[in-house]
Amino acid sequence: MTTIDATPDTGNKKDSPANPRRRVYRPNAKYIPILSTLALLVIMYSGAVANFENFGQPSVVVNLFRDNAVLLVVAVGMTFVIITGGIDLSVGAVISLTTTLTATLLQGGWPPLVVLVLVLLLGSLIGAGQGAVIHYFKVEPFIATLAGLFLARGLALFINQQSIPIRDETWKAISEYRIPLAEGVVTKPIAIVALAAVLIAAAVLAWTRFGRNVYAIGGSADSALLMGLPVARTRIAVYTLSGFCAALGGVLFSINSTSGWALQGNGLELDAIAACVIGGVLLTGGSGYVFGALLGVLVTGLIQTIIIFQGDLNAAWTRIIVGVLLFAFIVLQRLVTRKVK
Amino acid sequence: MGEQSLVLEMTGIRKVFPGVVALDGVDFRLFPGEVHALMGENGAGKSTLIKVLTGVYTIDGGEVRLGGEVVHINGPLQAQQAGISTVYQEVNLCTNLSVAENIFIGREPRKFGRIQWGLMRRRASELLARLDLDIDVSAPLNTYSLAIQQMVAIARAVDISARVLILDEPTSSLDTSEVAQLFAVIRRLKADGVAILFVSHFLDQIYEVSDRLTVLRNGQLIGEFKTEELPQVRLVEKMIGKELAALESLEDKAQRTREKVAEAEPILQAKELGRTGAIAPFNLTIHAGEVVGLAGLLGSGRTELARLLFGADKPDSGELLLEGKQVNLRDPQVAMKRGIAFSSENRRTEGIIGELSVRENIILAMQASRGWTRPIPRRKQDEIVEKYIKALQIRPADPERPVRNLSGGNQQKVLLARWLITEPRLLIIDEPTRGIDVGAKAEIQKLVAELSDGGMAVLFVSAELEEVLRLSHKIEVLRDRRLVEELENTSDVDADRIMQTIASGATS
Repeated sequence: MTTIDATPDTGNKKDSPANPRRRVYRPNAKYIPILSTLALLVIMYSGAVANFENFGQPSVVVNLFRDNAVLLVVAVGMTFVIITGGIDLSVGAVISLTTTLTATLLQGGWPPLVVLVLVLLLGSLIGAGQGAVIHYFKVEPFIATLAGLFLARGLALFINQQSIPIRDETWKAISEYRIPLAEGVVTKPIAIVALAAVLIAAAVLAWTRFGRNVYAIGGSADSALLMGLPVARTRIAVYTLSGFCAALGGVLFSINSTSGWALQGNGLELDAIAACVIGGVLLTGGSGYVFGALLGVLVTGLIQTIIIFQGDLNAAWTRIIVGVLLFAFIVLQRLVTRKVK
Repeated sequence: MGEQSLVLEMTGIRKVFPGVVALDGVDFRLFPGEVHALMGENGAGKSTLIKVLTGVYTIDGGEVRLGGEVVHINGPLQAQQAGISTVYQEVNLCTNLSVAENIFIGREPRKFGRIQWGLMRRRASELLARLDLDIDVSAPLNTYSLAIQQMVAIARAVDISARVLILDEPTSSLDTSEVAQLFAVIRRLKADGVAILFVSHFLDQIYEVSDRLTVLRNGQLIGEFKTEELPQVRLVEKMIGKELAALESLEDKAQRTREKVAEAEPILQAKELGRTGAIAPFNLTIHAGEVVGLAGLLGSGRTELARLLFGADKPDSGELLLEGKQVNLRDPQVAMKRGIAFSSENRRTEGIIGELSVRENIILAMQASRGWTRPIPRRKQDEIVEKYIKALQIRPADPERPVRNLSGGNQQKVLLARWLITEPRLLIIDEPTRGIDVGAKAEIQKLVAELSDGGMAVLFVSAELEEVLRLSHKIEVLRDRRLVEELENTSDVDADRIMQTIASGATS
């Protein structure tokens, strides 16, 4: 049985240069989204510096980290989830649950360290539960974490619907503590925590087996399984991590505002997803970096800062611009992945 | 190679699925340093046997011995640890990761928990160099051809465990030079003492590379043979369990009906039709009752041409006439309404919906053309489906079975049935026989011949020249995305003649 595909040795590879299966070598395709976000950030920043007085002060940049610490921490966890090809809608609700619980327990006189460990455990546990449901019952992440969202938000409202002030000394001390960075530039501990989270997460993704397995699952979960990778463990761990990050975000929130409120963090999951997408984390999974999510958060934060500097612009413009950027970056991602294919 | 040096010995393997005995007392053995081909029609039990070996299925009877010791394999990871690695037809790697990662993921060299990327890349390069592959291992896998991906998969498999390597249809998507490259790798591994289980539907390849073969049929062991002692014809007989008479009677049918066809009305005419980057402008006329074969290498533009005729892609030059009238096939739905059906080459991704039953898959196109507001009555559905299951000998003959549980050949038949019930005037079939076995191939070829006898025009796209020659009235030869020659399929046209055209591109 002769096949054409198995015949003339004369032609060899040159015979089918246009073979659609043969991909063109494009080493940098995967960096295009993150580089364009970086470029956007630089352009926005320099534009703002040129237009507004005092925008060039280092405190503007430093404050971006302070003001967006919670979002940053949540986006870090979300990055892991999205790289596996999943999504976590519950993070905003987990924040509200942890702030409410933190405030309630602290008001009840519990030791701060116990409260901290307890709420972080709770967030991780919610994440792990969702991960287990998603993996073992093959439930769509969207649905499973939507259930988690209702559950966590409901629990928070059940505990207390009012805003609860925190009078705990430790919490207050951390909240009021300032870290001097340079002459006249200070920041809060929560910014440092958020930055640390970014650095640790980036190292984990790039340099550990767990991190690489996260990418492998996003590339193809079936292949990952056939390659003998611990898919179940990794997937559950990813949602656990996201839950942990959300709980940590909740703690930072309660520190920053020295209060807890069940409606805190409403819709924050969507901001986190938007930041990831703008930062070049592919929603279909398998591609993206924590630094991308960081850039995404900085872009949205910078838009807000610019609007504040502008003074006469409606805050709604933040949302509008984020919406436009989201569209632009999704289309960009589509174009890049199509070229690779 | 004495009996005592057996690497793998499977005896009396039995595997039962609800309603089907997939394997019934099958024996299989592997010696180190041999290539052992596993042969059989679709549904004969080859895949099941491989899945037993790789731990995807657990057996209901029999025993598996590795290096003389009884083992129970409970999953892919365990199979790997026991020394059995598999490379599948569809490359099961993560194409978003780099080449080096794909080879080492799960086993990355680490220091204090931190992956040593430099060391990993170096090792990957060394490993691939042993397979004569010199590529940038830090580039993502999806920047390379399928052939290279396949070799990377092999490199990974061999590096994990060099005892038993299973190659399941590794060549079905590769072109000539790539197959040659792969075989060179196989021979090298063989010389290193690796026992290789090889599955392929290309008999030539089996004879080129294998030392021994085991034939299965309907889940039963037919026998184990030395490849050199078993002529191809005998092998095929053992696989399908009947004489090849049916296949041979087709031989000169095409030529017999030739005159009749020439008088028939042209159904479809393409005039200088083309699409930049896909296929250069071409002229093509298809008559009622005519089988037109498209021959050419992988990537020569066969599929691209067919897609233009079905409205799946838009032409940017030329015109298309349907029964003399110019038409604009904006999308496949328009083409379907006009009586053109297209059976895709990628039956898994573009055609078959695995979760739906045989019946639902068959009914799909017909229902779509009627519109979803007018459901086909269930009784009529059953009637049609039963008729086609019988006519195409779809096995198992159970209309309610999910299609993904069917073998490749039977899935292909379901796909064909889907288009046939819409009673198209022009049927375009792209690679209907790829990856399916000899028996099913013959049945599908016979069917195509019968359809054309019944007046249907068929555009037949296939990589197998014999098949194109056997069925077609005329053959369009493609090369480098250009239709280079049209050959009337007269008695002096043979595979060599076509190959010459493909190789030289010269029009004589």
